[in-house]
Amino acid sequence: MSAELTATRVARFANWNVAIIAITVVVLIVAAATVDNFGTSQNFGFLVLDVLPIAIIALPMTLVIVTGEIDLSVASTLGLSSAVMGYLWNANQPIETIIPLCLLLGAVLGAVNGFFVTVLGLPSLAVTIGTLALYRGLAFVVLGDSAVADFPSAYTDWVTGTIGGTPFPNVLIIIVVLAVVFGVILHATPIGRAVFAVGASEQAARFAGVRPGRLKFWLYVAGGLVSGLAGVLWTLRYSSARADNGAGLELAVVAAVLLGGVSIFGGKGALAGVVAGVVLLGSLQNALRLSDVSNEALNVVTGVLLIASVLGPNLANRLRRN
Amino acid sequence: MTAVDLPAPRRSSLDAVLRARELGIVIALALLVAVTATSNSRFLSGQSIRDILLNTAILAVLAVGQAVVVITRNIDLSVGSVLGLSAFTVGTLLHNNNLPVILALLVGVGVGVVCGALNGVLVRYGNVPALVVTLGTLYVIRGVTYFWAGGSQINADELPSGFLDFGNATVIGIPYLVLLAVLVLVVTGVVLRSYRTGRELYAMGSSPHAARLAGIPVGRRTVGAFVVSGGLAGLAGVLFAARFGTIDAAAGTGYELNVVAAVVVGGVAVFGGSGTVWGAALGALLLTTIGSALAVLEINQFWQQAIVGALILLAIGADRLVAARVAASLKKRSSHVG
Repeated sequence: MSAELTATRVARFANWNVAIIAITVVVLIVAAATVDNFGTSQNFGFLVLDVLPIAIIALPMTLVIVTGEIDLSVASTLGLSSAVMGYLWNANQPIETIIPLCLLLGAVLGAVNGFFVTVLGLPSLAVTIGTLALYRGLAFVVLGDSAVADFPSAYTDWVTGTIGGTPFPNVLIIIVVLAVVFGVILHATPIGRAVFAVGASEQAARFAGVRPGRLKFWLYVAGGLVSGLAGVLWTLRYSSARADNGAGLELAVVAAVLLGGVSIFGGKGALAGVVAGVVLLGSLQNALRLSDVSNEALNVVTGVLLIASVLGPNLANRLRRN
Repeated sequence: MTAVDLPAPRRSSLDAVLRARELGIVIALALLVAVTATSNSRFLSGQSIRDILLNTAILAVLAVGQAVVVITRNIDLSVGSVLGLSAFTVGTLLHNNNLPVILALLVGVGVGVVCGALNGVLVRYGNVPALVVTLGTLYVIRGVTYFWAGGSQINADELPSGFLDFGNATVIGIPYLVLLAVLVLVVTGVVLRSYRTGRELYAMGSSPHAARLAGIPVGRRTVGAFVVSGGLAGLAGVLFAARFGTIDAAAGTGYELNVVAAVVVGGVAVFGGSGTVWGAALGALLLTTIGSALAVLEINQFWQQAIVGALILLAIGADRLVAARVAASLKKRSSHVG
């Protein structure tokens, strides 16, 4: 790739990042002005809780996709974490041990992905389609199709509650902390520079002293850990541990990340764009739902947005050249 | 796209590798059938075999189309949604207009062709990766189907009996659906193996850049591959409607993963350039047989998905091992010569 081409791509990409953030702001304003109840603090709470799993899983997913890989097993990791949580709760284990165990489980499941992708050198798309089925299957083996409820109210209340008297949900703290952590890692540390370098050219990164295998392995571990956390939060939010919790969420997460301007080919992306992508997706869905648009019609919106988000920069660039 | 690609095994040994891959599935399948049949003879009853073949037929038609796309180093995640739209379209037309079966088939394939062309054009002219485009159309097409169908459902008693007979009737003991799937398999397999267009698809998958330099119309072939995949997904929708008779907007939800699984287990490399539709069809047969075998062996059905996942990992792991061996032996051989 010539330097000139790279430069235009970078410029184009920066434009898209600004565009997606601008679109998100416009959507928020229009929705607040036109959709009844959209701007209420109660709805804000629902919105945050609804996007919670997508928002946190999209963060490590961004780093994974920037390195040029993908992780389709995240929703199954969420499901298995939830199922194990239910199983252990049924076995009368204290919640204080269950939650760390579920996070550990998520990290281990991520490490399994990382092992296959980096140690065995297998294509991540195929590996994580495999573990998508494997982890979801294990979730059903663990819990069957039953549901476990009655988690301690101190925990479920915290997840659904707000920060004392303010309209901000407690879980917003988790989202913000994780977003800051992953944002700093990606944009302000040597790890982040290595992530971009590996995505741009793995071989060049290796010559520059980066160890792509080790880097990717830990990114998969981080993805698993956050997915495990998402499983715990999902279970507490609905006070229901089920093996099929979060089924199909992997596609929404990938959609949010790509919508945020991250290149599926790796090497390009910014966490601010992804956060905007998540907010855009979440608030559009929320606004449409409030306007009595069916859940299924939301699928069309998600799909069109996703295609438009990758087509848009390409077309804009083509028009500019002509 | 990364600048470095793994060197593909050379052509002389490629055939042997492919044969080994498919041999592996055949052996796994034979073992599975043998073990299951010994523990329960009901597994080899006519009805049981017929059910396996009927279910395989639908998955195999989808897997053949997917293999064509994957060989060109693309992927089509929208096939489950296309199946749903096609099945619902055909069901509605049959219910309202009493179409003849052959026309229903054509309409179903037509719906799929349109969806496939949409995917292909977006990938080709939008310069957008297939994974993203078909992830998008997966949502869009499913959403359109829901929008159209709402919560309504077409039941078997609303479909003409001729169509349902087509789903169950047999010629010399073999169901029409299976014959149709075999026909699709043979035609696609022969085209891929022996015709110039087919070979060009492999060339594109091995190295899109080199294929372009060699004068292969990469763009047109890409659109063509998606049209084939879409058309076959549409056909699978008709087969689905005929087989099950009950169609709602959710028909085929999540099939994309089973199909990709069948293709991957069947030894079609996700990075394009190698694999056969025979392998993909065998993969579909293996996945379907596992489902039936678990039921017969009275193993918890919940294990099925986990086994499928483990199988995918095993298949791509073994594939990698064989490829590494081949590469090593080629290196050794060439060092002797040089």
